Amino acid sequence: MNNQRGLFFNVDWIMILIYLALCIIGWFNIHAAVYDVNHPSILDLETNYGKQFLFIIGALIIGGLIMVMDAKFFNSIAPVFYGITLILLIIVLIVGRNVGGNQAWIPLGSFRLQPSEFAKFSTCLLLARYLSATNLKLNDIKTLITSGIILLIPMGLIMLQPDTGSALTFTSIVFVLYREGLSGYVLVIGAICIALFVLALLFNKFFLIGVLIAITIATIYLNKKNRKLVTVVFAGAIISIAFIFCVDFAYENVLQSHQRNRIDVILGKIDDPRGQGYNLNQSKIAIGSGGLWGKGYLQGTQTKYDFVPEQSTDFIFCTVGEEWGFVGSLVVITLYLTLLIRIVNLAERQRSSFSRIYGYGVASILFFHFFINIGMTIGLVPVIGIPLPFLSYGGSSLWSFTILLFILLKLDSNRMGFI
Amino acid sequence: MNSFFQRRFVIQGIFIAVGLVLLMRLFYIQVIDKSYFLSANNNVLRKKIIYPARGVILDRNGQILVQNEPVYDLMVIPHEVKPFDTLEFCRLIGIDKAGFDKRFLKAKNYSPYRASVFEKQLSAMTYATFQETLFQYPGFYVQNRSVRRYPDTIAAQFLGYISEVNDKDIENSNGFYKPGDYIGRSGVERSYEELLRGQRGVENLMVDAFNRPKGHFSDGRYDTLAVAGDKLISSLDKDLQKFGEQLMKNKLGSIVAIEPSTGEILAFVSSPTYDPNMMVGRQRSKNSVALYKDPNKPMFIRPIQAEYPPGSIFKVINALVSQQFGQAKPDTRYFCAGGYRFGRRGLMRCTHVHGSVDLAQSIQYSCNTYYGYVYNRMIDHSGLRPVNAFKKWREAVAKFNIGSKLDIDFPNERKGHLPTDELYTKRWKSDRWGSSFNISLSIGQGELGITPLQMANVAASVANRGYFYKPHLIKAIGEKQVIKPEFTKKNYTGIDAKYYDVVIEGMSRVINQPGGTAYNSVTIINGIEFCGKTGTVQNPHGKDHAVFFGFAPRNNPKIAIAIVVENVGFGATWAAPIASFMVEKYLKDSVDKPKAIIDYYLHKNLMPGHDKPKVKVKPATSDSTDKKSEPETPPISEANTKAKLPNE
Repeated sequence: MNNQRGLFFNVDWIMILIYLALCIIGWFNIHAAVYDVNHPSILDLETNYGKQFLFIIGALIIGGLIMVMDAKFFNSIAPVFYGITLILLIIVLIVGRNVGGNQAWIPLGSFRLQPSEFAKFSTCLLLARYLSATNLKLNDIKTLITSGIILLIPMGLIMLQPDTGSALTFTSIVFVLYREGLSGYVLVIGAICIALFVLALLFNKFFLIGVLIAITIATIYLNKKNRKLVTVVFAGAIISIAFIFCVDFAYENVLQSHQRNRIDVILGKIDDPRGQGYNLNQSKIAIGSGGLWGKGYLQGTQTKYDFVPEQSTDFIFCTVGEEWGFVGSLVVITLYLTLLIRIVNLAERQRSSFSRIYGYGVASILFFHFFINIGMTIGLVPVIGIPLPFLSYGGSSLWSFTILLFILLKLDSNRMGFI
Repeated sequence: MNSFFQRRFVIQGIFIAVGLVLLMRLFYIQVIDKSYFLSANNNVLRKKIIYPARGVILDRNGQILVQNEPVYDLMVIPHEVKPFDTLEFCRLIGIDKAGFDKRFLKAKNYSPYRASVFEKQLSAMTYATFQETLFQYPGFYVQNRSVRRYPDTIAAQFLGYISEVNDKDIENSNGFYKPGDYIGRSGVERSYEELLRGQRGVENLMVDAFNRPKGHFSDGRYDTLAVAGDKLISSLDKDLQKFGEQLMKNKLGSIVAIEPSTGEILAFVSSPTYDPNMMVGRQRSKNSVALYKDPNKPMFIRPIQAEYPPGSIFKVINALVSQQFGQAKPDTRYFCAGGYRFGRRGLMRCTHVHGSVDLAQSIQYSCNTYYGYVYNRMIDHSGLRPVNAFKKWREAVAKFNIGSKLDIDFPNERKGHLPTDELYTKRWKSDRWGSSFNISLSIGQGELGITPLQMANVAASVANRGYFYKPHLIKAIGEKQVIKPEFTKKNYTGIDAKYYDVVIEGMSRVINQPGGTAYNSVTIINGIEFCGKTGTVQNPHGKDHAVFFGFAPRNNPKIAIAIVVENVGFGATWAAPIASFMVEKYLKDSVDKPKAIIDYYLHKNLMPGHDKPKVKVKPATSDSTDKKSEPETPPISEANTKAKLPNE
């Protein structure tokens, strides 16, 4: 059999190289971000960069273990993983350690486990397993509801921590659903929703509704013979108006004040670089001061001297931007894009729909992290506390992304076989 | 693969599009927008200014006149200040709560993000106790500075003082001065400010987000060292200056002594003086107000700012000019019958009936009559119209640098006054006037104003027989002892050297021969031929001022001197003896006179309004005073105003 030929037979080396490159870039940038003159060595285990080295070793071992497992195992074990994850997510709400306002960590000796990180791949696996069952049509309302439930349970539990950032990650699964047949309008409606959300916050809602009604009437008037369009536009307008009120309500009552502030900062409604906007402002200063070529390895001042908060975890990209400049940023973003496109290509070459769907899940989750994390450091999206895959400091996140990716690699290396 | 295969491109397209948006945004903030770079530097860099030591000033023998002493300025960066125990803080630096609030508000108004001086010049003691608790007060730090210290407390007006820059100074300095800096305000401190202040250094220090120091930016590549100010070697002789100040204690007036062969000023006494240390430190402003209010005006730099009619010492100039014009010779004689008659009824009295007097004797006796005739010849019998003759005379006198600034290296010099023919033409509403209309100029009265420095310079010109070097107070600059080229240039007086002999003979007789106006045992210096001329300046507001100028020795003179003692009468009584002591002190290092005599001059209080002195030492001769022939113009003199002032 094929998988008897060796551990890494048929494995996609390009992905592994990109993966290793990102891990090493992350390690060096963590070194620079929290550089401590008393512990200059990058291998000093008392420091976060030393620990990250151990995490990378650990991740490679985990990757190796995944490669020796049977590919079929992941399909069959998916419900078990999912169940364990849910249990962990419930446990964390009870015994979890509160770090920075989120009850997201289960203390395990000197390490801390973050179940929400593992929820990502276990949810992906279960969704893939469910959707790959034969004769399912995504446009069936029942299928959609089941898929929704699979996603919403972990999401809801994570929201309870409350870790909004991690919970939002699951929204990226919309790409998977789209690929598997969900109407393309979903993406359009999603885009419209985001646009309306932003507009509703930027402008007076009655003004916005007025404009909306005017556009609707004009459209209907110009297309009065096209009854179908008229119906759609009319319904759309009603839903939009309802949505605007919902936004208003949600914004005032559901979002927490720091979340509102982060959104307001991004929208420019708050100009307070020393207060609410401090993190974003310092992050932009760090990246912006890097220039074209950057300040050089360990020469950054903004991250090293603590001006940027969370500089080794969520804001690790600041160090990349500051010390390696636009050129370094370009390299990192290119690596990510290559990885994402490669994953999609990989997914598409799978024979089994389980592998394909899982592959799209991996791509979607990585894409979401990549876009939101880098976007927040440069002020394109509100500050949402999620790590940059493979670069950010932290064992849980590195290992969960490693598992996420290596299961795909294993499935891919086994693509000739049938599950 | 299923029927939605094509959708992969939509998804990949979205990925790429988002990646490009990120890159565009990154390109904008990293490459196009430069403001983040500045913000980053603002975050991290703290410029620390290293103040250079101000240049020291030495006397001509290398002895220290001014040095530096460390003090500590307490600085504040308002936005970094966090709440703390203000009462304790105030107690430590010795201010009250209101004072604290006032200072803090001022600093905040200047800039919340930049350092400004919170309290100036903490003493080393205060600093020592304060330093231990400084860490409790974020936003405050201490900056080393130095202040001036004057070990001998002499030459206050010469040295001048420094004080904090004002808004105008900052504006005019093209950004050199910052609030809290010091600038030379007067004297040498001011005229040599650019050399003394040195160059500030900058340390670019880095701090982290909590303002903890993190070492030098780029390993100090952009740091500069402070360069200490240049050392100035003054021309003053510290001992002579000190002696001069002691002699002038409790007297109003000036002493200026010049080395004729170089123009270097050896002594620059302005009395009353003050302790220059008063103009330093936290009491400075209080002291300076008191000094400015003092009726005897210690801040008035008499040697260069007080203008007096020169009185009889001006006869020396008329004797020289008339010879140069060919209208007097050493053997030219006039008969003094006790005065010079002019016009229809004018009489310029002489002190004595001198009989037949030649040129040398005219100086020896200070005969007014003689100079009435001399001046009359120069103006009325020169072959020119009197107005034009006066112009020619004026031109010759002006060459002695009378009526114009000497431009010494010292601020606020006055130029004095030498009247022009227009003045008289205007006054008499016609240019048909002659010597009788301003005959008092012949004896140095009238519309003349000469500073003591100008008098000393004339003495130096006579000593040199026809030229002078620009008087100056700084003989060399810096370690290399650079001498300004303008100080080595000879300025000629336009009188041929041969004409000086007879005048100097007369000046020698003034002191050394019976009948000389200053001939007495106190003024004569054993073994040295001291030449000079006394003068008495009419003062319509009070007692006349005593004037003397001279030089010694007669051949190869080493020192030229001018002295004015205000409100004390004859020049021979006070000015000549003091000049003699000064000269002897300089040439012989000590004064070979009975101690009682010197003490008498040292301790005599001649301040206006003080009890009339009992004369112990009788001057042998008297000076000639002239009675004004015309009831016109008071002498133009700043000093005159002083007589009106109440005494100490």
